[in-house]
Amino acid sequence: MTNAVKELSRPAVAANGDRATIRNGLLAPGAGAKARPYAILLVPGAAGVALAIHFFISRHQLSASDSYRIFLFLVLSVGLAAAALYPFFAAVRERMHNLAPIFAAAILLLALWEVITSGLHLLPLPYFPSPAAVLESMITDRGLLFDSTWHSLVMLMSGYLLGVIVGLISGVCIGWSSAIRYWGMPVLKIVGPIPATAWIPLAMVVSPSTTVSSAALIALAVWFPVTMLTASGISNTRASYLDVARTLGAKESYLIFRVAIPAAMPNIFIGLFMGLGASFLTLVVAESVGVKSGLGWYVSWAQGWAEYGKVYAALVIMAAFFSSVMTLLFKVRDIVLVWQKGIIKW
Amino acid sequence: MVTVGAEISLLRVREVSKSFRPPGNGAGPRLALDSISLSIASGELVALIGPSGCGKSTLLRLIAGLDTPDSGNISIGFEQISGPSAERGLVFQDPNLFPWLTVRRNIEAGLVARGVLHQKRDEVQKFMELVGLDGFADAYPHHLSGGMAQRVALARALINHPKVLLLDEPLGALDAFTRMRMQDEVLRLWRGGRAEQGVRVRPEIVSEKLLRLWQERRTTMILVTHDIDEAIYMSDRIMVMTPRPGRIERTIRVELDRPRDRSSADFLRLRAEILEHLHFAGKSTSEKNGS
Repeated sequence: MTNAVKELSRPAVAANGDRATIRNGLLAPGAGAKARPYAILLVPGAAGVALAIHFFISRHQLSASDSYRIFLFLVLSVGLAAAALYPFFAAVRERMHNLAPIFAAAILLLALWEVITSGLHLLPLPYFPSPAAVLESMITDRGLLFDSTWHSLVMLMSGYLLGVIVGLISGVCIGWSSAIRYWGMPVLKIVGPIPATAWIPLAMVVSPSTTVSSAALIALAVWFPVTMLTASGISNTRASYLDVARTLGAKESYLIFRVAIPAAMPNIFIGLFMGLGASFLTLVVAESVGVKSGLGWYVSWAQGWAEYGKVYAALVIMAAFFSSVMTLLFKVRDIVLVWQKGIIKW
Repeated sequence: MVTVGAEISLLRVREVSKSFRPPGNGAGPRLALDSISLSIASGELVALIGPSGCGKSTLLRLIAGLDTPDSGNISIGFEQISGPSAERGLVFQDPNLFPWLTVRRNIEAGLVARGVLHQKRDEVQKFMELVGLDGFADAYPHHLSGGMAQRVALARALINHPKVLLLDEPLGALDAFTRMRMQDEVLRLWRGGRAEQGVRVRPEIVSEKLLRLWQERRTTMILVTHDIDEAIYMSDRIMVMTPRPGRIERTIRVELDRPRDRSSADFLRLRAEILEHLHFAGKSTSEKNGS
């Protein structure tokens, strides 16, 4: 409310103001509002606790390397450095208020993991290695992991983009033209709900290479939600927007590209997000059964050798990779749908 | 009966009828407009007034070309209307601004739609100033108040220089004070942005040709409203419509000098006359339906 008033009085800077609030809003709504100086102690404190636990536990056993220790020291020193900068930079302060609690919690979770695994041996060993062992595998196998991540990225992007492009085109056609809807909708409704992974046996036989078939499967998985949501967004365009545009002299192309598609954009983004989720799933499945590369393949390969440290290493990378892609799509949405800010609960 | 003055009529509606099939089966089509004929001169501001369901908005949509009449025809100049076009702008009660476009882009929309933005870019600034919104160029519609949003909608419709501007209860959603201010605003736009003061037309010293030229610089407007005061305050002529079936019951010429005094005796007399007429008309139709 106050924000809207502020933007009213200074419309020229509204766009900048928007972006700043989006950033804060996404990270932690309300968390950074109050000044809480103890935030500076959260990260270094958690790192200290984790280090203490690590030293205590590793006294009793031989650790193959110091990488986990070094990692914790690094976290501790970054935390201390941020704490030292805290009084001087407002930007650092704001960031820390937002990030410190969640970072500290993550570090404590690592410590807890270590206590459960190498400390108390509560979980059977080959399957549940300690964080130190996982970090160790990540470092020793970094070449192959990097290679796998790169292959996954290429595969994901080619499949996703193909699915999005085809999905947008078919969605707009089905949503706009009732003739196309008559023929297209039954196809969409029958073929669409089949999980893309169910086509794997067929894809293996039909396509020239597993790479092509995997990309096609991801595209198929993306195509369905994108088409569905785009079509419904287009056909739900408010009739009065189209009426107004017509009395402004709009031709059909203006009605489609400048009215119906922008009006459908919120829906289209829901489709894009759903499609992205489906593409992650299909990617991992396609990689583990078909293509001999990528993170999905790496996980099943490492599991075959019972190297669970590597399995977890790949899972950690997968989590970081997928959530980065997701964040990227959120950023795109924030730019494209900036006009929605203030209309909906952002 | 519709009177056609000495002016050349710009818009002609001849014997137009339109019926709708009400939702649900069984019921036959309902006659929304029954053989409507009217004629509007260039530069005239005509108000269509009547209770809801009398077909005012239907008539406006037919003139806009968004619907087609069942019978009869509508023409502008010598051209028969066959579909919507930029020469007949439309402003609804809901401003219907495109929420994904800033104020400036909303006002530009008509130029973009006709593919003439390049040649006419300076018009945008002119119209933004005309409606007093040049400070809000980059704001999005939901940041605007109702009155401001409606001014953007007016500028968006006027930037195409329509021959006729169709106003479908444009001020209906505004509070009473904003509404009265906006009535003056619309009148100013009707005169092409000129203020009332200083432009006193004295027929005895202005030749008829000049007078007509001056009138033609105005934007012809048809204002649908159910506010009697608004109709008297703004329009040259008031067409009173009655429902079931929609008919123009009476046309009243408003001869008061502008700016009009809302509390003058003439104003109030006219108001009483229309009120009485509407009340009487409503009673008579209900009796007709009853029998």
